[in-house]
Amino acid sequence: MGGVTMPSGKKPKLAVWKFASCDGCQLTLLDCEDELLALAEAVEIAYFPEASRAVVKGPYDISLVEGSITTPHDAERIHAVRRMSKCLVTIGACATAGGIQALRNFKDVKEFVSVVYATPAYIEVLAKSTPIADHVFVDYELRGCPISKVQLIELLGALLCGRKPNIPTYSVCIECKRRGIVCLTVAKDMPCLGPVTQAGCGAVCPGLDRGCYGCFGPKETPNTNSMSTIWATLGVSRADLTRAFRGFNAYAEPFRRESTAHEQK
Amino acid sequence: MSVTGANRVSATVVIERAAFPQLLDALKTARYKLLGPKLVNGAIVYEELAGAGELPAGWAEDQMPGVYKLKRRIDEALFGYTVGPHSWKKFLHPAVAVLWQATKNAKGFDLAAPPIRAQKLALLGVRPCDLHAISILDTVLGRGPYKDPVWAALRKGVFVLAVNCVEPGGTCFCASMNTGPRASFGFDIALTEVVEAERHFFVATAGTERGSAMLEKTPHRPARPDELDRADQLLANAASKMGRKLDTTGLKELLYRNHEHPRWDNVAGRCLSCASCTMVCPTCFCTTVEDTTDVTGRHAARVRKWDSCFTLAFSFIHGGPIRASVRARYRHWLTHKFATWLDQFGTFGCVGCGRCITWCPAGIDVTEEIGAIRHTESAKSRKEAS
Ligand code: SF4
Ligand code: SF4
Repeated sequence: MGGVTMPSGKKPKLAVWKFASCDGCQLTLLDCEDELLALAEAVEIAYFPEASRAVVKGPYDISLVEGSITTPHDAERIHAVRRMSKCLVTIGACATAGGIQALRNFKDVKEFVSVVYATPAYIEVLAKSTPIADHVFVDYELRGCPISKVQLIELLGALLCGRKPNIPTYSVCIECKRRGIVCLTVAKDMPCLGPVTQAGCGAVCPGLDRGCYGCFGPKETPNTNSMSTIWATLGVSRADLTRAFRGFNAYAEPFRRESTAHEQK
Repeated sequence: MSVTGANRVSATVVIERAAFPQLLDALKTARYKLLGPKLVNGAIVYEELAGAGELPAGWAEDQMPGVYKLKRRIDEALFGYTVGPHSWKKFLHPAVAVLWQATKNAKGFDLAAPPIRAQKLALLGVRPCDLHAISILDTVLGRGPYKDPVWAALRKGVFVLAVNCVEPGGTCFCASMNTGPRASFGFDIALTEVVEAERHFFVATAGTERGSAMLEKTPHRPARPDELDRADQLLANAASKMGRKLDTTGLKELLYRNHEHPRWDNVAGRCLSCASCTMVCPTCFCTTVEDTTDVTGRHAARVRKWDSCFTLAFSFIHGGPIRASVRARYRHWLTHKFATWLDQFGTFGCVGCGRCITWCPAGIDVTEEIGAIRHTESAKSRKEAS
């Protein structure tokens, strides 16, 4: 793990890889309007099909990996990406937790395939959608659906100068409180996943008067059981508790466990 | 004691409700930035005020563990609520502060610290518990060889308009902590608001020269004995109306004896380690420092942010966090507030404001947790005590 300190004069090569995903996270990179020019000066964008057809051959200094592993082919390809990458960063809920498509992990994928596709035999798919870290070593991860532009710039800035990135693993509550946002659960009886969800979004939803959906996934030491007890006192049914924990990070272990605990057979 | 001093330099006077706005206007004319209670999005928070017209007149709230609900009062009291989710530390010990910035130049880099304060501050409606909280932070951040420059700059010359508590809230326990309901120090002016069927007035006392100068600029007259009695009576009643109680006898020793009490496991089952309690607490002062650089590598900054002993990173040293379990983190926090703080700074770290109780999403109540430990202390542990 660490930075990508370069011999002087050489720009680090950046690659952006896509697996099973919606492209929203890599688009965050293009969304960095204010920083994009500076970034293009600081790194060589060597492989980024979403932005340019030009391809510079590997190896790459920084690889941003979006998406989860859902096919046998991708399960192979991610190893090739790892071999070509000095520092591999997973970006977004798909890459870090399996994404919304991991909802199929709770069911039989073969059944879906037979219902959805005219010729199921053409479909080669794994039984489960899994995060990148289940397959290869990951240096850093950025959570979120989509990731936060601020965190992406922070991470790239850190890698470029070889310092520790500031990617906290504590709760969204801390971000709410620093911003002076009034707690929605306490003041408005609104269910909010903030106390079990990792910070990094800047408390976007609570700041707009919506409870946290947990798109940054479980925080460090999440007490999902106590969270469910609180939601239940707010009148949330067990079926809805299962749904709440089965969002973009359904397959992240603490959320998976909690959603399953409330599942009605 | 606070730096604002304890001497009362004027007699106790009465300001009628109709004249009250002029007190705030006088502060504004004296170039103070007015900071005080304001109704924002379902709660009474502290924000900049344009004048007395923005105070939450006629509002109150119900507070219980994990519950805060605004409600209308039957009267138009200006200060008829207690404390909300914000505390004054947000102005004096900001949640985010840039400590310094550096920009690369031909020879090295230029260092700069952004200016900390543009305008002197007037805190309006400070409750007695919060006067104590400010005084505690004066001790922690404003004393000794390593004063915090941010605190020192923001705290300097702060004008404090205190308001005594005549109606404590459901999670208040200042009477137990000896911090209220009457302001005893640390203010420039202290008010007691009296709302009756026919009258609405403030009994005001100046605590400093500055305070009395501001009173001079506000229409007032000497308080009559019956008005003083009325205010005293309200405050005496308030002390018996606290929503919560805490027995502080031998509290430090009780906690030191009960490090292994099973109650810590019980509370850890409920605690989310979300850190909300520490964020809302008016005396919790911990911060973390983040060093940042931009992608050009030409700009760097050191930024200080509120941190909490409930995070793993807080106790992370080589090899891992010291307080990995939530049990250890909750115990550490509570023991600091009610025991180790005494050894460290000479007072409790808790002023009985009740914020941590109200704003804990799980409704965890420090007075209940301590009560449970006191009442279920094992015989072995009690024997150690005697
Ligand atoms: S510990 Fe709780 S009651 Fe005590 S001062 Fe802090 S927030 Fe207020
Ligand atoms: S005591 Fe309550 S507010 Fe504090 S960390 Fe635990 S759950 Fe959060």
